[in-house]
Amino acid sequence: MYTFSSKLKTFSFVLMAVGLLGIGYGFLTAPKDIQEVEKILAADAHGNHHEGSSESEGAHAVSAEAKVKAEAEHTEHLTHVLHQLENKPWSALYVACIFFMLLSLGTLAFYAIQQVAQAGWSPVLFRVMQGITAYLPVGSAIFFIFLILCGFHFNHLFIWLDPEVVANDKIIANKAGYLNFPFWILRAAIFLLGWNAYRYFSRKNCLAQDDSNDNSFYKKNFNISAGFLVFFIVTESIMSWDWIMSIDPHWSSTLFGWYVFASFFVSGITTIAMVTIYLKSKGYLENVNSSHIHDLAKFMFGISVFWTYLWFSQFMLIWYANIPEEITYFVTRIQVYNLPFFGAVVMNFLFPVLILINTDFKRITWVLVMAGTVILLGHYVDFFNMIMPGTVGGSWFIGVSEIASVLFFLGLFIFVVFSALTKAPLLPKRNPYIEESKHFHY
Amino acid sequence: MSNKVIYAIYNDDDILMDAVKKTRAAHHHIEEVFTPFPVHGLDKAMGLAPTRLAICAFIYGLCGLSFGTWMMNFIMIQDWPQDIGGKPSFSYIDNMPAFVPIMFEETVFFAAHLMVITFYMRSRLWPFKEAENPDVRTTDDHFLMEVAVNNNEEELVSFFEGTGAVEVKVIEKH
Repeated sequence: MYTFSSKLKTFSFVLMAVGLLGIGYGFLTAPKDIQEVEKILAADAHGNHHEGSSESEGAHAVSAEAKVKAEAEHTEHLTHVLHQLENKPWSALYVACIFFMLLSLGTLAFYAIQQVAQAGWSPVLFRVMQGITAYLPVGSAIFFIFLILCGFHFNHLFIWLDPEVVANDKIIANKAGYLNFPFWILRAAIFLLGWNAYRYFSRKNCLAQDDSNDNSFYKKNFNISAGFLVFFIVTESIMSWDWIMSIDPHWSSTLFGWYVFASFFVSGITTIAMVTIYLKSKGYLENVNSSHIHDLAKFMFGISVFWTYLWFSQFMLIWYANIPEEITYFVTRIQVYNLPFFGAVVMNFLFPVLILINTDFKRITWVLVMAGTVILLGHYVDFFNMIMPGTVGGSWFIGVSEIASVLFFLGLFIFVVFSALTKAPLLPKRNPYIEESKHFHY
Repeated sequence: MSNKVIYAIYNDDDILMDAVKKTRAAHHHIEEVFTPFPVHGLDKAMGLAPTRLAICAFIYGLCGLSFGTWMMNFIMIQDWPQDIGGKPSFSYIDNMPAFVPIMFEETVFFAAHLMVITFYMRSRLWPFKEAENPDVRTTDDHFLMEVAVNNNEEELVSFFEGTGAVEVKVIEKH
C-alpha cells in the first residue's frame, strides 16, 4: 500500500494556496472600465503611440466630423481591449482547468485501450492509471461549474452565449441550433457523466477482481472498456467542438477533434510515466522494471509525433488553400502568438523526437523526467494557443493569472491523485495478465 | 597447421542456448552459430556487440532531410522563383509548409534504403552470392554451433556430446 508522504501533501497544499492567491489577484487587478484600460494602454505605449491617438493627432486639421469619428473609434478600441482584459483571468483559469481534466481523460482512454488490447505489459501500471484518473470526477465537477458560470454571463469566453452577439451575427445565428446554452450544457453533462461512470465501474470491477474466484469481473471490464472507447471517440470529438472550437465560432476544422485528442492523450501518457517514475523511485512499484518505463517512453515518443502530424496537417491544409474565412485563425496565431505557436511545435515535436529516439535514453530516469516536463509544458502551451487568441487576443501574457491557475490545478491534481493511490494496493492481484506483466522484459 | 572445426548440431533452441552458455563458460571460442530462425537472446548469450545499424539510419535520415531541403530550395527559391498560384517564393521559410511532405519523404527514403543497403553490405548478401551453409538441415530444423579446434579434439568432442548435441562432427576446413 502506498502512503501519501506528508512532504508531498504539504507541497500540494502550498501549490493550491499560492494558486488561489494568484487567481484572486488576477481577478482583482483586471480592469473594470475603459478609463482603467486607457491608463494601462498609456503606460504600455511609452512613446510608440498606439493607432488611435496618432490617428487623431494627424486628423486635427480635418473636419470636426472626422474627429468625432476618431473618438468613437478610440472608445470602441478601448471597449474591445477592456473585454479582452476582463476575459484574461477567466481564460487563464479555463485553460488550466480543461488541461488537467483532459489530461486525466487521456489517461483513462489509454487505460481503456490497454484493457481492450489485452496488453501483457501494462497490468502492473493499472493502479497508477486509476490513481491519475481519480482526478477526473473532481476536475469535471469544477469544469462543469465553470461552464455554467459561462452560461450565466460571468465572463465572455464564449461569445455565442451572448444573445446580443448572436442577434448581430448571421454566421453565429445560423449555428444557434447547435450552439445554444441548454443543448450545450446538456451535452457537457452527458459526456462528463459517461466518462466518470466508466471510470467508477472500471475501478470497482478491477478491485472486485482482486477478491474473486473467477475472471468474470475482468471480462466485465473488457466489455465496458470496449463500450467506453466507442462512446469516448464520439464524445471526444463533439467535446472539442463544444469546449474549444466554439471559442472561435466563425472558424471550423474537421480534424480538430483528433488534434485535441492527440494533445491530451500524449499528456496523459506522459503523466503516467512521470507518476510511475516517482512511485518507483520511492520504492512502491517493485514489479515495474525499466522495460515498462521504456514502453511508456515509446508511447510518449510516438504520440508526440502523431500530435505533430495532426498539427501540421491542420495548419498546412489551411495555409495552402488560404481561404480567408479559415486562414484568419492562423493569421492571429502567427502574428500575435508567434512564439507560443511555433514554440509549441519545438517543445512537443523537436525536443521529444531528438531526445526519445534513443533506446538507451528511454530507460534513463532523468532524461524521461526532463522530456516529460517539456512535453507537459508544451501541451499546456498548445491548449493556451487554442483558447487564448479567441478570448483575450492581443492582450495575452503568461503572467500571474496563468501561472497561478496552473499551480492551483497542479496542487489539486497532486493531492487528489496521490490520495487516491493510497486507497488500493498498487498491484492488481488476480488480473489474468499480471504474471506476464510482472516478468515483462523488452 | 590444420584448420579443424567442430560442428555441434542441436535440434532444439533451448538446448542450443544452454550449450552456448556452457561453451562460453568453458572459454571455447564460438566461430559461428547457424539457426533456421531468430533465436531470442542468442546474440546476448554469445556476447555479440549490439548493432549500430540504427545510428546509421539516423544519419542517413539527416542526409535525406538535407537533400530534400537543398533540392527544394535550389529549384523553387534560387533557380526559378516563379509565382505559382500565389505561393510565396521569396525565401525558403516563406514557402516551407509546401516542402515539408517532400522533406519528410526524402528523410524516410534515405534512411530506409541506405540502411538496407548498409545491412546487405555488412552482412555480405547479394544476388549470386554462394551460400555458406555448413549443413542443409540448419535452414529447416537443426541448429549448428561451429567451434575451432586447437589440438584439443577429444576434449572438445566429449564436451559437446555432454551439452545435448544430437551430432558432433570434426571437419577439416580449407
